[in-house]
Amino acid sequence: MSFTKLTTSALAIAAVSATAATARDQVQVAGSSTVLPYASIVAEAFGENFEFPTPVVESGGSSAGLKRFCQGVGTEHTDIANASRAIREKEIAACAENGVTDIIEVRIGYDGIVFASQFDGPEYTAFTPSDIFNALAPRVMVDGELKDNPYTMWSDFNADLPSEEILAFIPGTKHGTREVFEEKVVAAGCEATGAMEAMIAGGMSEDDAEDACLAVRVDGRSVDIDGDYTETLASIDANANAIGVFGLAFYENNTDSLKVATMSGVEPTTETISSGEYPVSRPLFFYIKKAHIGVIPGLKEFAEFFISDEIAGPDGPLANYGLVSDPELAETQAAVSGEQVMGGGS
Amino acid sequence: MTDASLPAPSERRQHTSLIAPDARTRKRKAAEARFRMYGIAGIATGIFFLIVLLVSIVSSGAGAFQQTFINVPVYLDPAKLDKNGNRDPEEMSKVSTFGYSPLIQNALLNIVNEQSIETPLEKGGDMKALISASAAAQVRDVVLANPDLVGETVDFRILASSRVDGYLKDRVQREDVARDKNIDAEHLDLVDALLPVGVVEKTFNMAFITGADASESRAESAGIGVAMIGSFFMMLVVLVLSLPIGVAASIYLEEFAPKNRITDVIEVNIANLAAVPSIVFGILGLAVFIQFMHLPQSAPLVGGLVLTLMTLPTIIISTRASLKAVPPSIRDAALGVGASKMQAVFHHVLPLAAPGILTGTIIGLAQALGETAPLLLIGMVGFIASNAPDGLASGLLDPNSAMPAQIYEWAKRADPAFYERAWGGIIILLVFLITMNTIAVILRRRFERRW
Repeated sequence: MSFTKLTTSALAIAAVSATAATARDQVQVAGSSTVLPYASIVAEAFGENFEFPTPVVESGGSSAGLKRFCQGVGTEHTDIANASRAIREKEIAACAENGVTDIIEVRIGYDGIVFASQFDGPEYTAFTPSDIFNALAPRVMVDGELKDNPYTMWSDFNADLPSEEILAFIPGTKHGTREVFEEKVVAAGCEATGAMEAMIAGGMSEDDAEDACLAVRVDGRSVDIDGDYTETLASIDANANAIGVFGLAFYENNTDSLKVATMSGVEPTTETISSGEYPVSRPLFFYIKKAHIGVIPGLKEFAEFFISDEIAGPDGPLANYGLVSDPELAETQAAVSGEQVMGGGS
Repeated sequence: MTDASLPAPSERRQHTSLIAPDARTRKRKAAEARFRMYGIAGIATGIFFLIVLLVSIVSSGAGAFQQTFINVPVYLDPAKLDKNGNRDPEEMSKVSTFGYSPLIQNALLNIVNEQSIETPLEKGGDMKALISASAAAQVRDVVLANPDLVGETVDFRILASSRVDGYLKDRVQREDVARDKNIDAEHLDLVDALLPVGVVEKTFNMAFITGADASESRAESAGIGVAMIGSFFMMLVVLVLSLPIGVAASIYLEEFAPKNRITDVIEVNIANLAAVPSIVFGILGLAVFIQFMHLPQSAPLVGGLVLTLMTLPTIIISTRASLKAVPPSIRDAALGVGASKMQAVFHHVLPLAAPGILTGTIIGLAQALGETAPLLLIGMVGFIASNAPDGLASGLLDPNSAMPAQIYEWAKRADPAFYERAWGGIIILLVFLITMNTIAVILRRRFERRW
């Protein structure tokens, strides 16, 4: 085998030396599976309208995408990371350690997160953050006391909900959607039900209580989905009593099989999300490695094209697909054309 | 032995006849019959599941081979496409696809008015839901290639949107449309009216077999052709590398290598390598080929190298087995008439082992063709809509996908039209696999010699 490996390596090295000059001429993007559809729509239009080759867009989740993005500067690393949440301090530090210092943050718009169930399933039509917290947290308030979650039916804690077994498919921890789900739904429910106060009263520090609020029960009633929304959809199809967490755009493409629930009485639509009435929404980002601008042909043009009015504006193809366009798009456009990096530098 | 020692059988079997079996024989026969039944039941279950699988694949995927088109004459308005009137492609390329969409929408509206179809849809923009987003790019490409067409009315055959296509394939139901913001019932009425006059038609979809991947907003224009080319280049790399290396390694190990501890270790390791999960080779490929050797990401060359590592053990094991099957007398005879060891191997042993080697290689290639996991890690799974490569170098180095990776990618997407295409892709992949395995079987039947 050592002989074969030697030969393989030799051939590979020969191939490298032959191609060193051609390097890479297409933009390489990786990251959030929520941003993937938008990025692929833009990449396709970019390939059609410009002389540059069509960028390659991979998915895998926000965290995975940012991790690859932060691995270093050079053509073997990605140029753009898509993320459905803002980059974390820790990730910026990891980036800096590998020499990725100048990062341009681009907000492309907003996306709603919806709770949906089988179209012919039980009447899950209205939730509040408290309902979700009561259903999915490991410790909840029962009769004014913090106890291990005793609920098995939705109707156990809210008589308006159907008496069906609790089963929820939520995004796994590598998805940016999970963070929004935790912050805007679970944590909100934690505060609203008084569980957070009870935890602090029970001797927890405020930070610990905030962390404890985000936990989900591990007895099988809450299932993490690490794949894409299609996996959640398949799980919903197989379980009539289950609810799932989806992006608004995904739901709008599958209205024939899914039924959406309101959150605190507000129906998720692009209008309610852009007005801020619908509570569970988050901005979508992509991050550009400034060091690659000028090295990878078309990188800056792609970024500018992405947030141009005809693409990301309210009548563009992205809004058509389900993106809630950013009212401050003009500022983002100026920031990208000025190559404004994070942290105030230039 | 005497009669005294063996009196029992004749006495005990006194009352039995050969024609009427006794209890013990009946029991043995019943056991045999049961065993046969288990076997038949096992085979029947297998065949049943195979049929279920094939029927579900074909019924879900057949739709991908049909597509809805709209025939529409588009007036290429000079005021919109070439404001300066120079007919200079350079200048005209400033008009993006967004400038072309209204022309197509108005052209379709004109047809609707000409046919005097009653519809509440009166604006050009209302036609958007019927037309694929790819149409604008199609018209733009034609115009930029022939600038002189501007100002004329040209017949185009454009794709209908995936909802219209789904409606004609019964995937989109009227009762669901009320909840779908992409299309309304009025649009479906219009499709029904345009169908008999031949403006809208559903025909065989060659573009699915030859085309490139498309983004989420236009499932109708996605094809598997470019991924097929990616698979082809990967298989080329695998064949060119693994066949000579594998055969050379096994000839050396089988015919020349001394039997000692080192060759034993090598042998055991080759057998172990064949059992390593393919994703491990993907991680190795990422670390060695991309991060260490700086080969391009998403390139079929890297995919081919990774799959070569995966295929080598299969080829070495099958080659060694077929070399072993050549009787020693052949070698002895060759050596006896004065051939050198190498002549004996290359003139006599190798030709006799060739059918077995080829069979092993084809099966190894078929295995590599269906492999997705290692490609995940080297960037070959994702939205990769490059156009067909124009040569060997670009085929090996430009980003591309592979057939199984493309199928995996489609299965993840939101628009149900992609789901249909994923099944269609499986049909094409299966055709390739069955063809390759059939060739392997034929080669074995035709040329294999037994001693």
